[in-house]
Amino acid sequence: MHPLAEKMLRKSALPSIYCPGCGHGTVLNSFLRAVEKLGIYENMALVGGIGCSGWTPVFINTDTIHSLHGRAIAMATGLKLAQPKRKVVVFSGDGDCVAIGGNHFIHAARRNIDLTVVMLNNNIYGMTGGQVAPTTPYQARTQTSPRGNPEQPFDACELARAAGATYIARWTTAQPAQMAKAMREAIEHKGFSFVETVVQCPTQAGRYMYGTSSAVKLYEMLKDNSVKASKAGELTPEELTGKIVVGRLLQKTDRPEFTEGVYGLSDAKGA
Amino acid sequence: MNRIEIDNDFCKGCHLCIAVCPQEVLEISKVRSGKGYLVPRVARVDDCTGCLQCEMTCPDLSITVIHDKGKKEADHA
Ligand SMILES: Cc1ncc(C[n+]2csc(CCOP(=O)(O)OP(=O)(O)O)c2C)c(N)n1
Ligand code: SF4
Ligand code: SF4
Ligand code: SF4
Ligand SMILES: [Mg+2]
Repeated sequence: MHPLAEKMLRKSALPSIYCPGCGHGTVLNSFLRAVEKLGIYENMALVGGIGCSGWTPVFINTDTIHSLHGRAIAMATGLKLAQPKRKVVVFSGDGDCVAIGGNHFIHAARRNIDLTVVMLNNNIYGMTGGQVAPTTPYQARTQTSPRGNPEQPFDACELARAAGATYIARWTTAQPAQMAKAMREAIEHKGFSFVETVVQCPTQAGRYMYGTSSAVKLYEMLKDNSVKASKAGELTPEELTGKIVVGRLLQKTDRPEFTEGVYGLSDAKGA
Repeated sequence: MNRIEIDNDFCKGCHLCIAVCPQEVLEISKVRSGKGYLVPRVARVDDCTGCLQCEMTCPDLSITVIHDKGKKEADHA
């Protein structure tokens, strides 16, 4: 076992429930590196939603909540308000974050509450058998869209931006060092920070949507389709179809943070 | 020379580490681990540059690269 795993993973929960080659594991790996570098292992609390992705905090030996489907951000909001000095990080699947949990997501961004949300985007409902998600590409085949998905997907980063998030980055499992760095920046950022991690799901998205359950082939697709945000502006919308724009997409400090606002108000009233 | 450890108790044989290694240091083993996976094996350790691509990608944190000077790369976050 890697020394970071030795130090931080919850041995009783291992091996992880992830299928072989599941990109969620690379996100876990990147997160441990970010935590180590920031030195916050003793001062964090993690909240997971429901889904394969929602298990991520369970594997980490720290204060964790394995919450309800879609409600991870709601629970994290309460946790942050109760213990504002903690670094609170949410791990949420694409279904968890922008389908059933979409309302919590936009309102946490609107409030600019100092949480970090890591969305593990495999473009599908992995755990429940490969149903269509709000992130499933247009016309993609899933178990519930056998003739192709008639819906247009969300771009979760743009949704976060419009709702008021103040830090946004997106990376795939093909850029694990950048992913870890983005998590560090997000955790250090004061305000609502969002890191979309685009991951391979060999078992569901791989088999039904991308025609292969090979983690290596899916990883290579993610790598080949990644376009740096700095280059994306030069491409036409047609050229960007099917591409994944990666990089830091937003970092700004011009909006007040919610937790400070709440404590500031209660102080003013002498509470 | 760097040292590379693969933990067969946790490796799930996904072969991502083999695919991401720019130096082709790793290859698929011919024997299965106790868990039944075709785990990777270190074939050309001399060629390892210590770039850590393999260990940063591993979804099961089952591969560790120990750099020449004995410095564990836990701080290479
Ligand atoms: C309220 C509620 N509705 C539905 C479910 C069933 N369910 C469990 S996980 C899941 C979707 C998981 O997809 P995602 O959030 O993308 O996570 P993944 O498994 O892909 O990582 C659903 C619909 C549930 N557990 N609770
Ligand atoms: S079903 Fe997909 S997301 Fe879930 S553990 Fe397996 S590969 Fe990962
Ligand atoms: S550290 Fe780099 S060169 Fe060495 S085995 Fe891993 S990926 Fe290959
Ligand atoms: S990436 Fe990790 S789990 Fe996959 S084959 Fe290599 S050591 Fe095993
Ligand atoms: Mg999903």
